[in-house]
Formats: sequence, structure tokens, C-alpha cells
Amino acid sequence: MSVLSVNNLSVSYQDKNIISNLNLEVQHGEIVALFGASGGGKSTILKAIAGLLEQVTGKVKIGEQQVLSAKINLPAEKRHTGLIFQDYALFPHLTVAENVAFGLQKLSRDERVQKVTEMLALIKMADYAQHYPHQLSGGQQQRIAIVRALACQPTILLFDEAFSNIDPKLRFELITDIRNLLKSQKISALFVTHNQDEAFAFCDRIAVVNQGRIEQVDTPAQLFNAPATQYIAEFLGEGLWLQSRIKSANVLATPFGEADYLGKQCLSEFIGKTGLIYLRPHQFTLAADANSKLQVHNERFIGECYESLLQWQQQSIKVKTPTSFLHQTVSLNINTQITKVFFE
Amino acid sequence: MSSVSQTNVQQQTGKSLVASLFSACKQLKKIHVSTLLLALILAAPLISISIEAFAPNSDTFAHIQQTVLADYVINTCLLALGVSILVISIGVPLAWLIAICDFRFKGFFQWALVLPLAMPAYIVAYTYTDLFDYAGPIQTNLRNWFGWQSATDYYFFDIRSLPGAIIVLALVLYPYVYLMVRAGFLEQQANLTHVARTMGYSPTKCFFKVSVPVARNAIIASTALVLMESIADFATVKYFAVSTLTTAIYDTWLGYYDLAAAAKLSIIMVAGIFILLYFERLQNGKKQTHNDAKLSAQKLVYQLNKKQSFAAFCFCSLILLVSFVAPLIILADYAIDYFSQAWNDKLLQFTLNSLIIAALTAIIAIVFSLLLNFSLRIKPNKLHKSSLKVASSGYAIPGTVMAIGVLIPLAFLDNQINALAESLNLSAPGLLLSGSFIAIVLAHSIRFIAIANKGIEASYSKVSPSLDMVAKTMGQTSFNIFRKVHFALIRKSVLVAGLLIFVESMKELPAALLLRPFDYQTLPTYVFQYASTEQLEIAALGAIIIVVVGLIPLIVINRSIEKN
Repeated sequence: MSVLSVNNLSVSYQDKNIISNLNLEVQHGEIVALFGASGGGKSTILKAIAGLLEQVTGKVKIGEQQVLSAKINLPAEKRHTGLIFQDYALFPHLTVAENVAFGLQKLSRDERVQKVTEMLALIKMADYAQHYPHQLSGGQQQRIAIVRALACQPTILLFDEAFSNIDPKLRFELITDIRNLLKSQKISALFVTHNQDEAFAFCDRIAVVNQGRIEQVDTPAQLFNAPATQYIAEFLGEGLWLQSRIKSANVLATPFGEADYLGKQCLSEFIGKTGLIYLRPHQFTLAADANSKLQVHNERFIGECYESLLQWQQQSIKVKTPTSFLHQTVSLNINTQITKVFFE
Repeated sequence: MSSVSQTNVQQQTGKSLVASLFSACKQLKKIHVSTLLLALILAAPLISISIEAFAPNSDTFAHIQQTVLADYVINTCLLALGVSILVISIGVPLAWLIAICDFRFKGFFQWALVLPLAMPAYIVAYTYTDLFDYAGPIQTNLRNWFGWQSATDYYFFDIRSLPGAIIVLALVLYPYVYLMVRAGFLEQQANLTHVARTMGYSPTKCFFKVSVPVARNAIIASTALVLMESIADFATVKYFAVSTLTTAIYDTWLGYYDLAAAAKLSIIMVAGIFILLYFERLQNGKKQTHNDAKLSAQKLVYQLNKKQSFAAFCFCSLILLVSFVAPLIILADYAIDYFSQAWNDKLLQFTLNSLIIAALTAIIAIVFSLLLNFSLRIKPNKLHKSSLKVASSGYAIPGTVMAIGVLIPLAFLDNQINALAESLNLSAPGLLLSGSFIAIVLAHSIRFIAIANKGIEASYSKVSPSLDMVAKTMGQTSFNIFRKVHFALIRKSVLVAGLLIFVESMKELPAALLLRPFDYQTLPTYVFQYASTEQLEIAALGAIIIVVVGLIPLIVINRSIEKN
């Protein structure tokens, strides 16, 4: 069942289109990321869905309620969303308990107290009820911001770069906790981020946003292994573009030997043609080879492995290797199956 | 280099290092002593009043205590309370409209609403009395239109009353609330309101539940300032015949020449103000409502529709009209009509007197403040911190109290000088200090140094301490660091503070009224003298000069804000 349905959403500012005809679906209990470079319009999409922007057209349905259409434009306070920002946006003049109770004005006093207690217990922060936001750590503040939003029982939670202010060491612990919490409560969420690791760790599906358009919506693994566009392939990590000839439906001839193909796209009709494949540093292996013309001319130790740099046909190839090959001549092999070929 | 010459160089370097360390210590000691001396000078009025206040009760004070003291205190409290409520009612909505909403002419109102700061309250009081009094054009026209014969035939609001004083003071003091709360609203994170909106709060509810509570500190701080200003007001309440503690001090000194009684009244007032300041600090320290400046870059903006825009325009226009435009028009009208009578050598002389006092006050206050701040910068110890605090407390002391506080030590010094002259068989110089304009300059300097301290302190805090360290490693003396680094970086704030002090000193009436030598007038005392004898038409030109001078720093500051 779809919890959020966005059709042909367009946002303009000062007569300039920022978002054009955007479509997106979020299913019940699903966490979806809006992932892309800074300034790509991700936060604008989020605020347009929340009803915080003017000059928005298209259709938005949250749960069973049409919140935006040609005739309807519900204000933010009637859309039943919960917003979580990177700066937490906790009310500094209210205690933790008062913050959580802020959206519960329709409940009786006793019900409010009970709800606040329940919510704080959910994140194991019952002891902090009388603290003020500035007395908490960043991670604690973000947990409070999340349960404050959850307390209002929103149809969907909207996260705007919600984890980017958290200490990197604690960030993924918090992400795991929040993901588990949302999953246990079966809460849907739309999560805006420019951080790939956060998107992969937190979300079920990722929508890659580029210049106000969604280029692909898919699971993290599918997105990484079979990007729909060259932009996405490059955006998800550095690599090398290689011209490869389609030898058969399952085999590609690359400059570094043959590689197996296991992608969804059927290559039978492309046999004999040339396409582009994108290989990342971990998809190559090096072996010492005195007869090879390839030489590792530079190297960097990055902890779990080495990053070796080779020069090949005026291109620089980066390869991750377990041991050092500095100044050695080497042979380069592809150690992976190819899942995506791009044709002109 | 040979080992011998190396040793020589090392010895010389060692010697010069010792010498420079010794000179630095001497310099520090000098600064230490001068800071202490400065703190003593600045604290002298308060110390004098406190000592004088503990003198045995005189007949005058006993009489005041038994008869009218309670009225004085109640009137002062009612005045302060009424003005506070009114300035919050005017200043907070204006601040919200200008900071958060978008409507036509907002850019104009943004700076125009500050203009009443240039208008002394007593001038507004004179103009509105002239306008609304029984003989004024409004009541006269009403009587003509309706055929009323006398005041018994109709009811009309008496401007010369406590509510009248509250309204007049609120009209010129609301810009304090407007300016500080507007800054508070601008610093607020838009996300706070966005979150509240998604939790079911309408924009109006967000104003009361989020914007106002988050700007609480700014509202309390600005209201405390207004409270102090209204408690300190003398001319408006005197003109409106409202008996408050300031008028009581004035009357006790100039009517009965009872310094001890005046000091006792002063100490009651100062105690009240300090209690107020204590609660203000306590409240502001209670809940931290600061925002991370880096994160509040995103601003909240409400685009008003046509009806809302018109209402906002009307509200802003009305406040500007009654607080600044109308009084200015009345004054300008009189100034033009009575120009030939008002423009004379005396007016020029009084203007010159005011300019000299204001300039000297600004220079002295700035120099004192720079010295105090610099001492704290190079040696941030308790003494220097306390000195700066003492120096800044002068602003809390009303002009009338300050005048009494300055008069006591200066009179003591005059007596000592005269006794010394007599013992040396010289002619006694008389009231050399307490009987000259030096007393006014000293009172103004001590009262207004807080303005310089605030600006310079804030500016100094932005100068990284590493600059001092770098300059020191480059062999610069403390004085050179101050001259070449500090002053170069904070000179804008110094200029703005100097201008503000200049204007405040130009406007200040009570201290000048109490301390002026015989036959010596400043512009405010001249305006007060004529206006209080119902001759506003003659005083108007002088009043306009005060207002015009008051506009200069507002224009300079506004330009500097716009540039930033």
C-alpha cells in the first residue's frame, strides 16, 4: 500500500523551475532516500511534500488524503507529516518532555504524560525528560526530534539530512537504532541525504536526484551494481570507463581480458557491438608480472588495503590491493562479473 | 659565526629579553593601577550616594517618608509597568512583521521605525501636550464643532497624567524592543516553525508558541532596558506633574538642598534597578535559547496577502506617525513660524555648550572604555573583569541620581581645594569642579560609558587572541598591539559607540539640570525651561536641533548594517 504518492510535482521559485514533473512512491513501512549532490533540489522536494513551500504544482497524496492537486493545497499543519532536520530543531525553551508533548495539544494532560513516557522509553531516554536540549548530545537531540515527530503519529516521516550533524563514530549506531525503531513501528520515511553511506545504511530504496529530476529508484545493491545512467554510476563512486566488445550474451571482451556478464539486460542483440562498462577500484586485481608494461607508479596505504595507481593509455587506473606493488610491473585483471553495459 | 660572538649575541638577547620583560611588567603594573583608578572614579557616584544615604535621617526625609514616599514608589512602579506592557505590545508585533513577513514598504519601515530613538521623550511630551491640552487645536476644534463651552461639558483624555506619561514614554522607547526582538526573530531557525507547522500549528499559533518564547531573552533584555529608561525619566514625568522618585530627588535637592535625603531616595531607586537587573540576568540565564548561527542561515518568510499587507502597512505607519512624524511636524511648524524669535545668539551658545559637553563626554567615555577593555584583553583577571562590570553599571543609574552621586565627591574635592588654597594664603577658587560644566561631563561619561563598553567588548571578542600572540612574537609592545591591531580592527565600533554617546549626551536633561553652573544652559535645559513655561514655540527650534543631531548615528548605523 502506498503511503506517499507524488505525481508530476513541480516547484518554481521566482519564475524559475527548480523541480519539474517529479514522480515518487513510498510504500507502507518503507524507508526511501532522496539521494543526490548538494543543491540538486532534494530538500525542496521534501518541503514541497510537507507543504512548506509556495508555487508548488502537481499531485501529492499522503496516506489516504490528497494534500495537493489542482484544487487542493493543504497547509503543512494538515498534512500529517513529521519533519526531522539536521539541526534537530528542538525548541530550546522547552524541556525534552515538553518538546515531545508539543504536538499533542489535542490529548488530555494524562494522555499526554503517558504518550511522552512511552516515547522516551522507546529511545531509552526517560531519565532526560526534564533536561533542556542544550544539555544533550547531538545524537540524543536527534533521537528526541524523532520521537517528537513519532508522537504525533504522522503518516510519513521526512528526514532532511538528519544525521549529518552527528559525530561520524556515533552516526551509524544512531542510524541502525532509528532504522530498527521505524521498522518496529512500521513507519514510512523519506530521507534526504547527500551521503551515500547514510543512504545505503538507512534506506530500503534510493531515489537518485539530479537537477530536480529522479534518475533512478532502486535498492542500494541494484543501484550500485546496475546504475541506470552514467551519472549514477560515477556519482556512486570513482571508477574507470572501459570500452568492451560484446562477444556473446554472457561474455565481454575488455582491454584486460574477458569478463562474464550477469546483468538483467539481454545482450544477444548487441553481439559484436561495443559498449561501455564502469569498473571500480575493488573490481580489479593486480599480480606481479615482469613482462607487463603496466607499472604501479604511486601508492597510498588507506588502512584496510593499498590504493595503487597505474597509468594506462593516458588514463589513471586506481586499484585496491591487499599488498604493496609500488614501482613493480604488474598485470591487471577484472575480478568481478559485469552487471551493466552502457550503449551510446 | 664564532663561538665568542655567538655567546655575545646570546648574552645581549638574554639581556634585552630581561629588559623587555621588565618593561612589560612595568607596563602591566601601570595598566593595573590605572584600571583600578578608573574603576574607582566610575564607582565614585554610587559609593558617595551609599555613604551619604547612611547619614542619620533628616527632617526632610522623615517628612517625605511619612507623607509621599509611598506615592513616589507606587507611581514609579506603575509607570515602569505600564511602559513595559505598551512597548511589548508595540515592539514585538512590529519586530515580527519586519523580521518574518514580506509586505510592501517593509524595507522603508525596517529603518524608519527606529527613528523615534532620536526623539527625546520630553519633546514628544511637549508636542502632544500642545496638541491635546485644553487650549490645544484638537480640543479647541472639538469645542467649536460641538458647541461645548467648557471642560465640564465633555470628557477628554488628560495627557498630563500617569497614563499620558506611559504612552509618551512607550512611543519613544519601543524601538529598543523592536530592534532587539527583531534581531532575535532573525536569528531563529526557520526549521523550528517548520516543525511546529507539521505538528498542526497554524502560523499565528507558531508566533505565540514558538517565535515569541524562543525570542524570550531578547524580549526580557529589551524590556529591562525600557524599564530602566522609564524609571530614570525625569523631564516627561516632571512636565506631566507625575510624582516619581526622579522628580522627588530633583525637588529634594533643588527645593530643600538636602543632599542626604536626595541620596536616600537615590539609593532606594538604585536598589530597585539593581534588583530588576538581577532578575533579568537570572531569567536570561535560566533557559538557554540560543541558536547555532551557522545553522540559522535559512530564514522564515511569510508572504502576506493583499489584506494582510495593508494591515501591516497601516500598523507600521500609525506607530511611525504618532511616535516621530507628528511631533516632528508640530515642532517644524513652530520652528518656522517663530524662527526669528528663537534663532539668536543665546540659542547658538547653548547649542555650542551642548556640543562641547557631548563631544567631551564621548571622548572621555571612549578612552576610559578602551583602556578598561584593553586591560581585560591583555590580563583577563578578576580585577579587570570587575572594573568593566562597575563601569557598565553606570547606565542603570538614572541621570538625577548620577547628578547627586557626582555632586557629593566633587563638592568634597572643591572643599579640600579651597581649604588648601586658604592654608596657602591664596584666594579660594570656589566651586571649581562641582560648579562648572566638568561635573556634567563627568556625570554623562559615567552614565554612558556602558554604551561604549558594550560595543567595544563585542567587537573585541571578535578579534582572535592569536593575532595578539603573532604580534607579540614579532616584537610588538602592548601599546603597539593596541594601536596597530586592536584599534584598527575595532575602530568602526568605537566610532558608532562614540556617536551614540554623543547623541545620548546631547539629549540628557536631568544631570545637566541639576549640575549646570549658574546662568549656564545646554540645549535640553533651554528647551525644558521654555516648554515648561508653555512656550513650546520658542523651544521648538532647539528641540529640532536635538532631534536632527540624534538622527546622525541612526543613519550611520543603518548604513553600516545595510553594507554588512
